[in-house]
This record gives sequence, C-alpha cells and structure tokens, in this order.
Amino acid sequence: MATRKPPAKPNTSKEELLTFYREMLLIRRFEEKAGQLYGMGLIGGFCHLYIGQEAVVVGLEAAAEEGDKRVTSYRDHGHMLACGMDPKGVMAELTGREGGYSKGKGGSMHMFSKERHFYGGHGIVGAQVPIGAGLAFSDKYKDNGRVTFTYFGDGAANQGQVAETYNMAQLWSLPVIFVIENNQYAMGTSVKRSTMSPDFWERGASYGIAGEAVDGMDVLAVKAAGEKAVAHCRAGKGPYILEIMTYRYRGHSMSDPAKYRSREEVQKIREERDAIEHVRELILQGKHATEDELKEIDKEIKAVVNEAAEFAKESPEPALDELYTDIYAETAPQNA
Amino acid sequence: MATEILMPALSPTMEEGTLAKWLVKEGDTVSAGDILAEIETDKATMEFEAVDEGVLGKILIEAGTEGVKVNTPIAVLVEEGEDADAAVKAAQEAAPAADADGKAASGGGSAPSAPAEPKRARPVAEPEIPEGTKMKSTTVREALRDAMAEEMRRDDDVFLMGEEVAEYQGAYKISQGLLDEFGAKRVIDTPITEHGFAGLGVGAAFGGLRPIVEFMTFNFAMQAVDQIINSAAKTLYMSGGQMGCPIVFRGPNGAAARVAAQHSQDYAAWYAHIPGLKVVQPYSAADAKGLLKTAIRDPNPVIFLENEILYGRSFEVPVLDDFTIPFGKARIWREGKDVTLVSFGIGMAHTLQAADALAKEGIEAEVIDLRTLRPLDTATVIESVKKTNRCVTVEEGFPVCSIGNHISAVLMQEAFDWLDAPVINCTGKDVPMPYAANLEKLALVTAKEVVEAARAVTYR
Repeated sequence: MATRKPPAKPNTSKEELLTFYREMLLIRRFEEKAGQLYGMGLIGGFCHLYIGQEAVVVGLEAAAEEGDKRVTSYRDHGHMLACGMDPKGVMAELTGREGGYSKGKGGSMHMFSKERHFYGGHGIVGAQVPIGAGLAFSDKYKDNGRVTFTYFGDGAANQGQVAETYNMAQLWSLPVIFVIENNQYAMGTSVKRSTMSPDFWERGASYGIAGEAVDGMDVLAVKAAGEKAVAHCRAGKGPYILEIMTYRYRGHSMSDPAKYRSREEVQKIREERDAIEHVRELILQGKHATEDELKEIDKEIKAVVNEAAEFAKESPEPALDELYTDIYAETAPQNA
Repeated sequence: MATEILMPALSPTMEEGTLAKWLVKEGDTVSAGDILAEIETDKATMEFEAVDEGVLGKILIEAGTEGVKVNTPIAVLVEEGEDADAAVKAAQEAAPAADADGKAASGGGSAPSAPAEPKRARPVAEPEIPEGTKMKSTTVREALRDAMAEEMRRDDDVFLMGEEVAEYQGAYKISQGLLDEFGAKRVIDTPITEHGFAGLGVGAAFGGLRPIVEFMTFNFAMQAVDQIINSAAKTLYMSGGQMGCPIVFRGPNGAAARVAAQHSQDYAAWYAHIPGLKVVQPYSAADAKGLLKTAIRDPNPVIFLENEILYGRSFEVPVLDDFTIPFGKARIWREGKDVTLVSFGIGMAHTLQAADALAKEGIEAEVIDLRTLRPLDTATVIESVKKTNRCVTVEEGFPVCSIGNHISAVLMQEAFDWLDAPVINCTGKDVPMPYAANLEKLALVTAKEVVEAARAVTYR
C-alpha cells in the first residue's frame, strides 16, 4: 500500500472531522470490546472484526442519504454502527441475547435493521452481491431515487455471482454501488495468491461499469469517492464500482492465528497508515480540538461501548419458545 | 417412388399439433430445407422443413386442422413426372406408418412416459368451490398464466422474471401474453444466470416487491440453491422476524420425456426438507391456479413445482373472480374404504389410473392429493388410514428420503395401531434418469406398480 499523499487543503470542516473521529473510534473500541468478550466466552462461533477498515464505512455513510440501503457480508459490525444502529442491540446479538437485533437468533454474521435500511449481515461469501442489486432493483422499480451500497471483500470478488450481478446491474441500470473492501486477504489467501487481475474495480469495464480505486485509509478520500458514486447512481447512470484499498489488523475471525502474514506487515500499516490516527492528526493540525478534548471524546466512546457490553451481558437469553417463532411470516412484511 | 411426409414431433412432450398453414401447394417442387408448413405445438408455432426433394404430390391434411397426431401422414412427395394419385395410393398401401390413433411405431417401441388421463376429471370434494359455480375446461398452462395475470393486476409490486419469460412468451408458453399486458418493467427477460437472478429476486423481495422468479426448469435452480435456501428461506428467522422474503420460485420440475438425467429430477423432497420454505406441487389446473395465487400473496418464499407433461392437460377450473386455495389442505379425489393412495403432482395421474384399475378388481381406493408438501396435511392422510388401515404413497422422485418415507414415518408414529400392513412407497427408481425410451419407462413410477402395491397391502 502506497504511503498516503499529504492532503493539500482538506475539503472538510471541524464538525465533519470530529464526527468521523467519533464514528471510527466507536467501531474500533466496539470491536476491541467484542474481541475481549469473545475471549471471555460470552460471544461464540465466528466473530469477524472490522478493526483497521473503519474509514470505509464511515466515509461512505457520509455520502449516503436517509433511505439509502446497505447490505454486506459477515464482517458487518462496523457497517451497522456506521449506519446508526444501536451498539447495545448489536453487542447483545453477538452475545446471543434477547436484546439483540435478531433476538439472539442471528448472531454476529446475521443482523438486520429495517429502520436503518440495513439488509444484513450475510454469511455466504458473495451472496449479498445479487441481493444488493435486487434491493436496487426494487428502488428503481419504485422510482424512489435511493441507492444501495453493496459491500463485499476481495475474496467475494472472485465469486461467479458477482460477475452475474455486474452484468444484470449494468444491463438494467440499477442504482447500486459495488463497494469492494480490498483488505488484501481472503481469509488467509492474499490477493496475489488468489487473483489473476488484482485491480478488482477494472473488472467492471468489461460490462461498461464505471469505477475507481480509493485509498481506504483516508476517510475524506472515501467520502469524496462515495459522493461521486452516489451522484452517478442517482443520475440514473447505473451501477458504480468502488474498490477501497484497506487493511484488517486482526485475523479473519477470532480463531485465525494469522500465520499468512508477518507481524511487521501489520505493525507497519498500523503505524503509518491508520485511518483514525490520520483524522486525529488533521484535527490537531487544524486546531479543531485539543488533545484534552479528544481524550474527552475517547472517554465518551468508551462509556458507550461499556454500556453496550453491560447490556449484552445482562440481557437474558431468548425465551425457549423463540425456537419456533419467525420461521414463517403470517402477514405481509413491510420491508420497504 | 413416393415419400410420405409425417406430422413431426417438435418438442419432447408433443403428441399432437395443429397444421396451421401450408407454405407450399400441390405441384410445387421442393428441395431439402424448404419450409413446407407452419405447425403449432403446445408451446409455439414452428416452421417445418422438407428433408427430401421432389414434387409435392398431394396434401393429405388441410391447413387449419387441429389435433393432428405425431407421425400422421400429412402430405406425399412424388418424383418429377410421376403420377401423383397413383403414387399416393401406392405409398399409403406400402407404409402403414401410423395406427388408428396416429400413434407411430416409433423406434424402441416404448410409449413415452406421459401417463394416460384418468377417467375422473374432478375430485369428489371441492370445499373451495361454492355450489353451482360455473366450470371451464382450462389447461394447466392457461391456469398458471391466468393466476399470474390476476395477481399482477391486483398488486403492482408483483413482477415476473426469468429466462425467456417476456419476448419469447415463456419457454413453455406459461407467460404468454403477460409482456403485452404488463410491459417490460414487470415481465423481465433475464440472462442465463440462475444464481444471479435468484439472488436479485431475493433482494427485490427484501426491498418490498413480490417477485415471481421462473426457472426454465427446476434442474437449473440447482445453480441458485444457495440463494433459495440460505438467503430466502432463513432470513426471517435470522433477523428475528424483521426481514421477510415474499417470493415465488416456480417452473417445471420432474421428468419431462426423453430429456435424460440432468433434465429429469423431482425436487419435491429436497425443498420440503427446508424450514422457512413453503412447497407446492399441484396436479390439476384448478389447483395450479388457486395455489399459485395463494403463493404470490404469501409473505414467505414459496417453491412452486410444476410439471411439463401436465401443462397441456385440461381440467375443469371454476369461473370465479378470485379463486384461491389455502396451503396445507390435501384434496380427496376419490373416496374408498380399502386402501389409501397418497400422491401429488404428476404422481396423481398414475394414482388415479391405478384407482380405476383397482376398482375393477373390487378394491376401493381412497385417493389423496397432498397438493402442498410444506405445510403437509398429514391429518387428512391419518384420518383416511384410520378408515382404510392401509397406505401406498406415489411419487416420481428418488426413493431415499422421499416424501413417501416421511409420510410412512408419520403414520408409524401417529397411526401405528390402525395400520394392517406396512406402508409401501412407490417412487422413481434409484438411478439417474436414462435416455433410452425403454429404460426411461422402467425408471419412472407406473400405475401398474401402484396397483401391485395396493394389492400387496390389501393381501389380495
């Protein structure tokens, strides 16, 4: 990953930088806490942390409007927090409790929020891609001007259904933004070892889909690219691909020993490229806040995360009769 | 030397057709490849080409004739200068190409798999149809189209997508006329990309629409099975009840005729296995219509399994403004006291035929059409077995983990004391579907096997 170019005069504001700082920090602290609870046995199964990739969702959410939709893979905690879902409900789902977004029946990989237009949380690599195009199809059908952010990783980008979806999305001019979060590792297999044409966004060209690669460790660059993509979709020009170059600091899941890359590689990116540090520097350089004021924000975030963790521990397990509920809907769902 | 031109079979399931139009006239010289006539099959109007050259000596079947059986001589080709009438006479005497029914002595000598239509065209009890309702003879094909059209008129959020559903009017003509009425926004041709468009349909359902996704056959749905099961069936549960998926996946399922292993499989048991799906497999046109309308309105993912051989069959369909049939209600087609025969889909054709044959032997069979496999109306089956004390199940699918296996288990658990004989499952054989006509016939379940099973459980 190339070293970031120093921003000339960042096109941003004090409020925006502080919001980004706060939102990215919330994801990081939340994920650290989830890792801790996993270690304590309070979270089970698979748990995929988003640490390192925070600028992707925070930057793109800044480009979204109310009513826009999003759908992603199983590495979904960051997306939920960034789109305004309650950290308590997310954490309680991780612990499998009644207070979770899916009443404890979905877990880390399967959460949804109709209210926040978050359509999952999908556990099968790549399955969310045609689903995202389908959400965009419904918006186009209703002509409501909405766009759908469809997130997937570099691993999923090699799935056949992604190619199938690109074709249909462009054929039918669907308002969908394909966001490839290229964190460079599909579980333990690096892009180099898995992929013949490593510039994933360029694959759209064979379908006539516009796109670009974006520095995913720079939240301002992500937001700018997101705005461009959103404008393209809302103008009825069809889909857009954003390949966002990012990095996950933690293993693929909590049970990943990460032997496929060196500790130095991770350490180097943390030190030189960290997205939260970047915003922090911009804030301090621009004198938008003092160290003490930032510490105050850190404290607030910590409190929010601790509150979520307490809620997730104290919320009861789902009632036993929940086993047999929600298998079939009795009345028509109001998804839209 | 005169050559007879025979009515061609232009699809795997075609038995007869309409000679729509002659494009040559008597006395014309034709060469191989020339288009002779337009023939209307059960699916489409096709052009029919000459394979030999000569002079069209005589047209035997006039344009506009309906119901011309495959292999019936339709014209005679003579050589240049040959006397047409004499040559025609000679040819007809020399070549007994077709028997009285027009059925050919085709290669292999085995009839295709399509079971004959049973005598009884209507079930005994039809609770959904009010007394005195006018009935209209309708094919299953028309009934399915009418169901979709009615629901699309009723709800703007209903749309149809799939391969060849729009401009081609449906690979099996099920969606005929829908593009004209509803336009390209709601009747959508997809690329050949089952995994992708099944997933796209699921997303559209999450987004608040009511997709009908047609698979050209359910064999191709195997490409999409992850989206059907992992995304459509499980999301309501995984979301704690927030995110439902109201979608219908429909298309022909099971064996057609002579299309071999990859195109001949009954997936009823596969889908019936999955909590979160509803699974429908109708037999009659009335059920096809009423159940498809219910499927489109259902807030859950519904697998709607049709059958290509049944598409052209006619049944009485009630003339009602809004005819729907609830899921989970079996239909008793025939009452009887000696043995319960349980089937669904095309299995019903074999079963009703078997019941006719058994009646002649003095065995009165009660015939139950399950109609929906999930939810499954086990209560009706159990009630019947309490009366007959015997049960035979009939289906086209493979024997291992079949619907019949499940019904047997239910009867063992809930009606053990009423059973006077072990339940017998008549199924397709435990082999991939062979192509050869004689082997295909052996691989499929038959009315004869049902008769034998019924005799066995009644100890006759």
